[in-house]
Amino acid sequence: MLPGFKLTLGFTLFYLSLIVLIPLGAVFWKASSLTWPEFWSTITMPTAMASYRLTFGLSFCAALLNLVFGLVVAWVLVRYDFFGKKIIDALVDLPFALPTAVAGITLASLYSKNGWIGRYFTHTDEFGQVQSIFSSSRLGIFIALVFIGLPFIVRTVQPILEDLDAELEEAASSLGANRWQVFYRVILPMLMPALLTGVALSFARALGEYGSVIFIAGGIPMKTQITPVLIMQELDMFEDGRATAIALVMLIVSFVMLLGINVLQWWTNRYNTNNLA
Amino acid sequence: MTPAATTFHVPHQGGPRRTTGEPPWVRRLLIGVALTFVSLFLIIPLIFVFTQAFAKGIEFYLQTINEPYARSSIWLTLLAAGISVPLNCVFGVCAAWAIAKFDFYGKNVLLTLIDLPFSVSPVVAGLIYVLVFGAQGWMGLWLNADHPAFPSLANWLNEHNFKIIFAVPGIVLATIFVTFPFVARELIPLMQAQGRTEEEAARVLGASGWQTFWRVTLPNIKWGLIYGVILCNARAMGEFGAVAVVSGRIRGQTNTMPLHIEALYDDYNFTGAFAVASLLALLALLTLGLKTWVEHQNAAVLDK
Repeated sequence: MLPGFKLTLGFTLFYLSLIVLIPLGAVFWKASSLTWPEFWSTITMPTAMASYRLTFGLSFCAALLNLVFGLVVAWVLVRYDFFGKKIIDALVDLPFALPTAVAGITLASLYSKNGWIGRYFTHTDEFGQVQSIFSSSRLGIFIALVFIGLPFIVRTVQPILEDLDAELEEAASSLGANRWQVFYRVILPMLMPALLTGVALSFARALGEYGSVIFIAGGIPMKTQITPVLIMQELDMFEDGRATAIALVMLIVSFVMLLGINVLQWWTNRYNTNNLA
Repeated sequence: MTPAATTFHVPHQGGPRRTTGEPPWVRRLLIGVALTFVSLFLIIPLIFVFTQAFAKGIEFYLQTINEPYARSSIWLTLLAAGISVPLNCVFGVCAAWAIAKFDFYGKNVLLTLIDLPFSVSPVVAGLIYVLVFGAQGWMGLWLNADHPAFPSLANWLNEHNFKIIFAVPGIVLATIFVTFPFVARELIPLMQAQGRTEEEAARVLGASGWQTFWRVTLPNIKWGLIYGVILCNARAMGEFGAVAVVSGRIRGQTNTMPLHIEALYDDYNFTGAFAVASLLALLALLTLGLKTWVEHQNAAVLDK
């Protein structure tokens, strides 16, 4: 029998409670200091409802765009050889490694009316000013969310695609399936759990994102105010109770997402080992 | 960040060439689409950071990153990472040892709880510490109570005006929280896959618990540990949202590098903001380089 069980488990539980569980408990404590009508009216106030719609809608759209392009990037990295492939492979993780504030100011400047990309996409606003269509707009938030969600699909699909048995494809094509049918009927179903996991991870990440969005989107209530920005603005006005009520909504959503992702990953792993067996 | 997409991934060793494939025009089209997407979202932004950083010349660049405020933000970032990375490293090794080498009830619940900080929004991560240590939070209530528990400690803290929120300790705590699972997440699956037979053999041969850990376990988990530390450090130095909530943004005192970048940007000193940002972008590139190198090292070990 190996030693150290009590010591290591004891320290793990102590540190987990101190850093994560007790501070998270403070959210429930603070939220319980509000009366139910106060709590309910805070989490359903128009600016909050608009922020949920914006956050969920755009996070979902960004995850879908990443689903399509992430699959293409993973496919190309696994199946084809081309110049610079290794560098591209390493760069896919850039959104993980690049601090969100750096990503935030970079995207905001790049897509501003004088930026390298934003200058080609301008319109004249109601005050006659030339504006980039990305600045302080939903499109800008969308760009930032696509950026931070980019690695998830690639990195969940890539290992599955690498381990895929070539014989299955050969069998399908020798039975007369054309390339598109092989992809659609054989490969895609096997990638499904990984794709769903990737979408869920990318969506969950986008829901809580703050740093990369705030610079390009600002926080115009009802228009470009995502939920984390709303919480931040309530905190800046010392409305700790209201901030906590909205934070509790976000926490519950992230708990549900975490459980769903665990189930999906369990499914992916099972699928993967079945293929290898 | 949410779990799993960064887990240790061994590069595939080229198998037999496939006999099935797409027609050349489809290949070229797909490569073209992938490269356009990657260029638009990754390569152009990266080039943009460095171009903007040097837009006013190298002298302005050096001057910006040498300013007292910039220097203090760099120190604070190094301090926060210097405390949170080793602590989370010790935690990661302990958690992985307990979970991988022993069987106990509730293991899956524990694994899920360790992942929690990844799925919590950074802003919420900062908020929870405000609720615990802020003036209207648990600590504030305790310090301002008429008859506080541990009165001498409360008096001492009041006399020395000891603050956690809007001060350095809060920044360190928020950084620990957001980087909490990184090392544990890399080590747990790795140590689970390695099992416990080697350690048990060492014990039977008379090694002490510590000797078993240092001589048997640690060499086996070395690359996984380094990998976790690299990712943990990158996040610790780059955290923005959680730190922004607890810092109070006092220039020269509680601004980390990401907060200093925000301050410069809000002052319309864009070149200055990108100059400091370029340091963090360099850190990101270094992280990616090291990460790829560690993956290669590990693949080489597995090949032997």
